[in-house]
Amino acid sequence: MQKFTTLTGIAAPMPLVNIDTDMIIPKQFLKTIARTGLGKNLFDEMRYTQDGAEIPGFVLNQPAYRKTEILVAGDNFGCGSSREHAPWALLDFGIRAVISTSFADIFFNNCFKNGILPIVLPREAVAVLMEDARKGANARMTVDLAAQTVASSDGQVFPFEVDAFKKHCLLNGLDDIGLTLEKVRAIDSFEATAAQSRPWV
Amino acid sequence: MTGPKTLYDKIWDAHVVSTSDDGTCLLYIDRHLVHEVTSPQAFEGLRLAGRKVRAPEKTIAVPDHNVPTTLDRVSGVIANEESRIQVDALDRNARDFGVVYYPVSDVRQGIVHIVGPEQGWTLPGMTVVCGDSHTATHGAFGALAHGIGTSEVEHVLATQTLIQKKSRNMKVEITGHLSPGVTAKDITLSVIGATGTAGGTGHVIEYCGTAIEDLSMEGRMTVCNMAIEGGARAGLIAPDEKTFAYVMGRPHAPKGAQWEAALNWWKTLKTDPGAHFDKVVTLKGEDIAPVVTWGTSPEDVLPITGVVPAPSDFSGGKVEAAQRSLDYMGLTPGMKLTDIKIDTVFIGSCTNGRIEDLRAAAAILKGRKIKEGMRAMVVPGSGLVRAQAEEEGLAQIFIDAGMEWRLAGCSMCLAMNPDQLAPGERCAATSNRNFEGRQGRGGRTHLLSPAMAAAAAITGRLTDVREMM
Ligand code: SF4
Repeated sequence: MQKFTTLTGIAAPMPLVNIDTDMIIPKQFLKTIARTGLGKNLFDEMRYTQDGAEIPGFVLNQPAYRKTEILVAGDNFGCGSSREHAPWALLDFGIRAVISTSFADIFFNNCFKNGILPIVLPREAVAVLMEDARKGANARMTVDLAAQTVASSDGQVFPFEVDAFKKHCLLNGLDDIGLTLEKVRAIDSFEATAAQSRPWV
Repeated sequence: MTGPKTLYDKIWDAHVVSTSDDGTCLLYIDRHLVHEVTSPQAFEGLRLAGRKVRAPEKTIAVPDHNVPTTLDRVSGVIANEESRIQVDALDRNARDFGVVYYPVSDVRQGIVHIVGPEQGWTLPGMTVVCGDSHTATHGAFGALAHGIGTSEVEHVLATQTLIQKKSRNMKVEITGHLSPGVTAKDITLSVIGATGTAGGTGHVIEYCGTAIEDLSMEGRMTVCNMAIEGGARAGLIAPDEKTFAYVMGRPHAPKGAQWEAALNWWKTLKTDPGAHFDKVVTLKGEDIAPVVTWGTSPEDVLPITGVVPAPSDFSGGKVEAAQRSLDYMGLTPGMKLTDIKIDTVFIGSCTNGRIEDLRAAAAILKGRKIKEGMRAMVVPGSGLVRAQAEEEGLAQIFIDAGMEWRLAGCSMCLAMNPDQLAPGERCAATSNRNFEGRQGRGGRTHLLSPAMAAAAAITGRLTDVREMM
């Protein structure tokens, strides 16, 4: 997994609430058996017409936002399915951080497994950053994971909370499975005990 | 933890393998269900790392999302190239890694959340995961069941554990009893309407109260299925005699002395008096009406007797979202919901593709015909549900009414197979998501119960099923 330390980049505003995983990556693109290549279909139905032409009004199609690395989004971003194709598509497009007042649970977890940082901030802070993102390519935000801060283009700094374990894994690009396998003895002994107490499992 | 515990606390505590200083736990997983869409990258990851599936006998795979549900699928060829690749990949992965498998050709094949309980894989007090958000369904048995992403699928395959932090406890109580024509689907939609799609975020919901106890196991699965649409990590219902009766005798349920031992433990699986809930929501069963969704979020719920709302009825970011929904759905504020014309009906999915759902729809359709020009399909949740419905004569009722009677799968719930809406088509669906494009690009979805869907198929518009009973 790619590490996440600090990121300075263009932020795009997507104020719509309840942006769901079907919007992020519609199901016709779930038929892949690879993790990469989904970026071109990120937000597909908002981004392209039925015959594949770009919809000029959609934020990521505007010249200033073509290299977006940070999304500032409305409440409850990522609700819906558990499909990890949603963070894969964001990552493949180049988006490494999403800022919102709230995220759906599974999406939130999936981000961390893929080197994307979802940041929860209070409503007022998201509103300030949303305005900042509207300024376009000249407005670059900075996310500093170690310091747990987001800075707007004009230097307003907002601290955020992040789970210590998730932060550690993200900062160091650590693979969960490797870490868990270090505890294989504990898993063995749990299984041995459970085989006695709940043999029907 | 001492003191009174919730049902969730009890199941959680029984599965903690280890706890880190910051409270992150390694949780043991009793059952891992796998389908073709969210697993290929996980198996590939195992291969690349030279890892095995730790507990193949606790890992159950079944293709459902992509499979065609038309009768010609028995010929064994899936026309869509990419769908075929995914189903073939699951065939191969199941074989290579030795997990339990129900291929498309097996009569037991069906939607993973219907197959698990049907085969007795899902039991009270278990932890159940699947790379699918509607895993919450299994909570109906008093199992802690939730959806995970593909990276977590790989993690569970390799370690039979999941890294988790405990969620908060939320209680949703439905008091009293439901009125005639009101079903489990109306309960679960009404709860989301009341709490919003983020109302349960960070929580595990325990559904309780007399109206929940009244429900059959099928109905309880419908309620828990949509816990995720309310943002919750999982939904739970304490097991009781109905649960035990459903489980007993299933192919993978315990037998003999083990059954007795299991039963003794299962009977302890209920929230202790005085246990703490962080959030409590109470609805009166008598207040719940047959409902439909009008917008593109499952929280956009109204009683069928209502009218389409205006964006100005909302506040904050929801104003824009409501406007967008109305534009997408092609509706005008103030319009009566019963004046909304529909052209497609879909009865099926892991929410409402069980035998009881088909019985409820058939009860309305019996001796009636669907509206001319209507496309209506009934897609049973599993091959066994299909067989039972044929035996009970339900299939014939659907066929006589003019509906298509399909093979088992997810079908038009997410339209990954050829069953899709065309732009502008409007569907009354018993599934769980009305998101933009969910049932096909530009397709419009109204969520409702099987009985309500049957009523709509007959009249060609959203209809109060109580008028037809
Ligand atoms: S029926 Fe629908 S919601 Fe259920 S598992 Fe299949 S696609 Fe998902």
